[in-house]
Amino acid sequence: MKNIFFKILIGVGIVTVISCNKSLDTKPTQSIDQTVALNTSSDVLVALTGAYADLGTATFYGGYPFIASELLANSGELNWSGTFQQFTQINNKAIPVDNSFVANTWLSGYTAINDVNNVLSALAVVEPAKGDRVEGEAKFIRAAVLFDLVRLYAKSWNDGDPASNDGVPIVLTPTLSITGDNQVTRSKVADVYAQILKDLTDAEAKLPVKNGFYATKVSAASLAARVYLQKADYTNAANAANRAISMAPAGGFSLKTVYADAFPNNVSANTTEDIFAMQVSSSSGNNSFQTFFSATSRGDIQINNAHIALYETGDARLGLFYTSGGSRYTGKFDYIYGNVHIIRLAEMYLVRAEANFRAGTSVGDSPMNDVNVIRTRAKLPPLSIAQVTLAAILKERKLELAFEGAALHDIKRTQGAIASFPWNSPKLVYPIPAREIRTNPNLTQNAGY
Amino acid sequence: MRKILVLFLCICITYTQVNAQDINVTGKVTDASGAPLNGAVIKVAASKATGITTNDGSFSIKVPAASRYLIVSFVGLEEMTVAITGKPLVIALKNSSNDLNEVVVVGYGTKLKKDVTGSVVSVGAKEIGNTPATSFESAIQGRAAGVAVSQQNGKLGQGINIKIRGTSSVTAGNEPLYVVDGIPLTTDNLSSNGAASNALADINMNDIENIQILKDASSTAIYGASASNGVVLITTKKGKAGTSRIDFNYFTGLQKPTGKREFMNAQQYVDYFKQAGAGAANQDFLAGFYPNLAAALAAYDTRIATRLTRYSAGNTDWQTAKVNTDWQEQSFQRAPLSQYDLNFSGGTEKTKFYISGQYLDQTGIIVRNSFKRYSARFNVDHQMKDWLTIGINLSFAKTNNFRVSNDNAFSTPLQIVALSPITPLIDPRTNLASGALDPATGNPNTNYPVYYNPLLSVLDASYTTSVNRTFGTTYGKVTFSKNLYFRTEFGIDQLNQVEENYNGKLTARNSGVPNGSGAYRTTQVLNLTTNNYFNYKKTFAVKHDVDILLGTSYTSRQFDFSSATGEQFPSDSYQKLINAASKTGASSSSTSSTLLSYFSRVGYKYNDKYLLNLTGRIDGSSRFGSNHKYGTFFGVSAAWIVTDEAFLNNVTWLKTLKIKAGYAGTGNDRIGDFAARGLYAGNAAYGGQAGQHPSQLANPNLKWEITYGSDIGIEAGLFNNRITIEVDYYEKNTSDLLLNKEIPGTSGFSIQTQNVGKLKNSGIEVSLNTVNVRNKNFSWTSNFNFSVNKNRITFLNGQVLGTGVNKAREGEPLGVFYAREFAGADPANGNALYYKNSPKSDGSLDRTTTSDYNAATDVKIGDPNPKFIYGFGNTMSYKGLDLDILLQGVAGNDIYNGGGQYMSASGSNGYDNQTTDQLAAWKKPGDITNVPEARLFYSNGTDPSSRFISKGSYLRVKAVTLGYNVSSAILRKLKIERFRVYVRAQNLFTITKYKGWDPEVNADYQASNINQGVDFYSAPQLKTIVFGINIGL
Repeated sequence: MKNIFFKILIGVGIVTVISCNKSLDTKPTQSIDQTVALNTSSDVLVALTGAYADLGTATFYGGYPFIASELLANSGELNWSGTFQQFTQINNKAIPVDNSFVANTWLSGYTAINDVNNVLSALAVVEPAKGDRVEGEAKFIRAAVLFDLVRLYAKSWNDGDPASNDGVPIVLTPTLSITGDNQVTRSKVADVYAQILKDLTDAEAKLPVKNGFYATKVSAASLAARVYLQKADYTNAANAANRAISMAPAGGFSLKTVYADAFPNNVSANTTEDIFAMQVSSSSGNNSFQTFFSATSRGDIQINNAHIALYETGDARLGLFYTSGGSRYTGKFDYIYGNVHIIRLAEMYLVRAEANFRAGTSVGDSPMNDVNVIRTRAKLPPLSIAQVTLAAILKERKLELAFEGAALHDIKRTQGAIASFPWNSPKLVYPIPAREIRTNPNLTQNAGY
Repeated sequence: MRKILVLFLCICITYTQVNAQDINVTGKVTDASGAPLNGAVIKVAASKATGITTNDGSFSIKVPAASRYLIVSFVGLEEMTVAITGKPLVIALKNSSNDLNEVVVVGYGTKLKKDVTGSVVSVGAKEIGNTPATSFESAIQGRAAGVAVSQQNGKLGQGINIKIRGTSSVTAGNEPLYVVDGIPLTTDNLSSNGAASNALADINMNDIENIQILKDASSTAIYGASASNGVVLITTKKGKAGTSRIDFNYFTGLQKPTGKREFMNAQQYVDYFKQAGAGAANQDFLAGFYPNLAAALAAYDTRIATRLTRYSAGNTDWQTAKVNTDWQEQSFQRAPLSQYDLNFSGGTEKTKFYISGQYLDQTGIIVRNSFKRYSARFNVDHQMKDWLTIGINLSFAKTNNFRVSNDNAFSTPLQIVALSPITPLIDPRTNLASGALDPATGNPNTNYPVYYNPLLSVLDASYTTSVNRTFGTTYGKVTFSKNLYFRTEFGIDQLNQVEENYNGKLTARNSGVPNGSGAYRTTQVLNLTTNNYFNYKKTFAVKHDVDILLGTSYTSRQFDFSSATGEQFPSDSYQKLINAASKTGASSSSTSSTLLSYFSRVGYKYNDKYLLNLTGRIDGSSRFGSNHKYGTFFGVSAAWIVTDEAFLNNVTWLKTLKIKAGYAGTGNDRIGDFAARGLYAGNAAYGGQAGQHPSQLANPNLKWEITYGSDIGIEAGLFNNRITIEVDYYEKNTSDLLLNKEIPGTSGFSIQTQNVGKLKNSGIEVSLNTVNVRNKNFSWTSNFNFSVNKNRITFLNGQVLGTGVNKAREGEPLGVFYAREFAGADPANGNALYYKNSPKSDGSLDRTTTSDYNAATDVKIGDPNPKFIYGFGNTMSYKGLDLDILLQGVAGNDIYNGGGQYMSASGSNGYDNQTTDQLAAWKKPGDITNVPEARLFYSNGTDPSSRFISKGSYLRVKAVTLGYNVSSAILRKLKIERFRVYVRAQNLFTITKYKGWDPEVNADYQASNINQGVDFYSAPQLKTIVFGINIGL
């Protein structure tokens, strides 16, 4: 009896030993396999939304490249007193090649580009009615990223020959695996600008004029205006800005009557003036401007008298400054969940004014009228035709767009100087991040690093 | 209580007196020196009768009249069989020969120590028990050769790193496998505050009978793909047949920080920042921001006066240094700790049990930090039938850890040292803590003091981690014959963790949220394991011993996470998320993995002299890529017991000599559960709309890391084993390193997990045990252990890993510090200088200096890996007194002060208070100093460089215990069996040249395989002194 029992037990034991061969194929839950991610139209649409999320990370359109522009351009109008050494180095125009903000802006830029390249690769499954919009938005994002990368990591358009200066790599296909092909080279500055404008032209053609807070025809035209102005193509800049201004009413865009209302400090919504803004809420998005400029956050950037002295008496824009603990701050970015203003309609009036003035044209309206739209809104007396000079237009632009990220790029294209640093100083160009040089021997480093 | 105990004892006594045909045998048991042995077990051959000796070594046992022999045993001594003579017996037990008859737990079974062919080190209950520390790893620090234990900082329940024979992985898990009573333990870091917590803190170390650490590859090979980092086998206590013990342990005491740093006082601070302003003014002038130096100086004078006034609570007290706050003191608190233990154990030949309960109440040295643990255990084994034994080991623990922020947070208490000494504790304008209220806004200040005041988090924030953990194993062992048994084990490790965090209104400047923010996070872990194996042992033809193990194991690990966050609370009285006006986030996620294994071990012994062990294991893991689901691991080891050879029979001084060698391949599967797959993640919401994005590149070729390890060792016992020596040399070659390989960022990804890379560890371990004196009243034994490990990365495919100053580089040890080499201040102008160190055409380095940081090249500036570690323990006893002293040390490592860029930055990186050594800053041309000119916000020399490197060697008086066992005469009067009082100190004294808080450090927020030896406002270790008692009934 006992023997039989033992035999049964041995049998059970052996079965136990063998029968445990359960599946080793556990499945991820909160992630899905890439092979099933872009199978339907709706899959591609959410991937497009995901691209906006990656575009809006702190180190990209969350604000870092724009804050860096203000800090690099700083010659005493603002005061940096933060503990992030990466910005201290940028403010001091002494950037080590391993500055992590420099590395992360590059990474997040190309992450967004890879996102939209994935979207563009799956356009075939998008339902036809939405195909153009998806393609337009994806190309708008790719152009926007390339533009901010090329103006930070490469020589300015007007610094030497853009056709021979190294720009940044252009990547137009999604990454599915890592091969030698991923060791891309830097395209020339002119080629990068050409790619940006090609994408923007497509985007403007395919996007609707109204598209919620996503990219529209108006945003594509506006970004193109910005790009043309940067490359001193004033005719095209005036035309693009004029298209943006003309389409604005149809897109629901208009200037706020009160300047301060363009910078709401208690709501996370676009104002009518925001042609393109990154969406921020308590659950998604980042507003790095608030982090560094606002006394309600780190308050690392204070505004010095040198800047305040630039305003005329009665300028409504002065009302946005406030003091706290003996230091002055700008009130443009005081709401932690405020959207990040990327392009405001006001900029388009200033682009059109400047481009028309320089080209001697009056596309859309005269430079005087355009500048006075901005001045009147700031409760300042309009300029007479005699007072409308290039310097006056540029000054208006500087004050209107103060601390919003244009400073460095305006100094470069107008060939100004930042204290002892001339506009084309290599110290005003980001280095190619050390990690990129390490992982890709085909990349060249910038002069000065 | 007492009555119940008396009743209980009466029942036991009555029971033993039932049988009238018994005879009474009495006697006394002593050790070889004649000292009485308390607790020696007396058994009778072929009978169930058992007895145990009392405090004076005497026993009295009823045995059947026909009995002829007593079997007397005592842990650690040789068992003896003694004839019953009718007279009182005096039995002196011999020391067992080098503890070789000791049973050692190896994977899936046990072996006699003398049959072990690998390298195994044991630490027993005596060393571990009642250590005044949160978790048991602290108790093995310095006690085992080849095992490096280091605690990140002095916060309670925080991560502890154990490296067994060095680190064998660059990016995959580097911690050993922990196995409790046969079942692997969940040791993943489940913390969400950026600093690792310690899953081993849920274990009551007084429940541990012993810890066996399997070090060499041939020993660990039985654990296959989980074994590369070594295996720690923990065996919990069991009752002993024939005993009924009640033990109560209690200790209480105080803890203090082991060290402090020196910072400037108010006058020094004010003077220093005026100097830094002047330095910056000069730079501004040189850069052309001002027309002349005077204008720049005037501007800075005003700017600095404004700031100092702000930091001096809006008044001019700073001009007279009237307020002089020592902020560092404010980050520490009085830190008592107490622990209570009550155990019941005992049993009969058939049933043995152990029941324990513990309460640990520990206050941290850092404000707002404390730890409480309640734990209970129930272990029982029962022999159901002569062929069937079953058992269960069940433990429950509840821990509450009141944590502080990670080392990188403004709110972590020690970052308080950055605040200005001119800032008062209490803001005279509001009579509230500085920073609590800005009367102008009615909200907390946003720019006073210089940074967020961490004391506001003490007042108005909490972070509680509570864990409920059930760890249980059941087993059944079926004995088919005296040669063959089958054992089945089923184990469960269930862990439920809740992290609850609230940041009140006062913390707005830090949390960025005006009216309170809260978070609630849960983690549920369910780890199920079943082991099933046969063991066959037989001796053939007298001389051939065979021991065969064959089995299978299956583990399933499931993790479920959820979290919710909210903002805008009505007041700080409401801290639950239900009261939050804005629910800002909610998330749930899960991950899982499975491991299926088949294993076998064949042991062969010839003539008790020649031993051979073969091990094989096949592991299938869900984590590996589709092309490599299963891995096979083999091991072989052999030993020769030389002293059993005839030619050594006459060498009396050499009692034992064993030579052993082993070689095996083991794996490391500690990678992300789905690291091999190409993934999209759905966590890319934008503007309230759902989004998805690519999150990981696929790698179907991903597999385990493989380590081939070899070990050669000798074990010798000299002079009747009064001196025993173990020496081991080992080499471990790891290849197919799982690396988060940097890839070009233009791909849209920054890393991909790949099997590239090789590294090597080699080392020597020496362990020496001596019995210096052993006589009737006095004994003195020593243990010395010494380990050298050399770690070197041999291949990384040319890449350099590491985002901070620690790097993984080919040809260097893992985590080596790489940065510019600092060359002091330029005597001419006070600029920070760096050695260029760029390679010249002749291969040498350019040793000229430059003030352009970018023009200098990174070089190796230090190494966080110790050259050697050692421990030296001495135990002395004189009559009832005993003294145990353990010294522990590490040598040859460096520490990088990551906080140096702020606190020792010659005032060039913000208004942080500075360490006093910065007073030596350059002031005028010609000054020769290592501290560059103070230039406010000019980062003069603040970038990472060897300026912040220090030597990290230390020697610590790790543990000292002085105890007194009350004599048996008194105990008899008190009717108790054992009574011991003791004083115990941990980390009593440290000798080091390190100027920081404590040299045993690694900033918690950045700690990883690569990032080692970095100090970043890290809390010092705990110096603890407790008074304790043990009472046994």
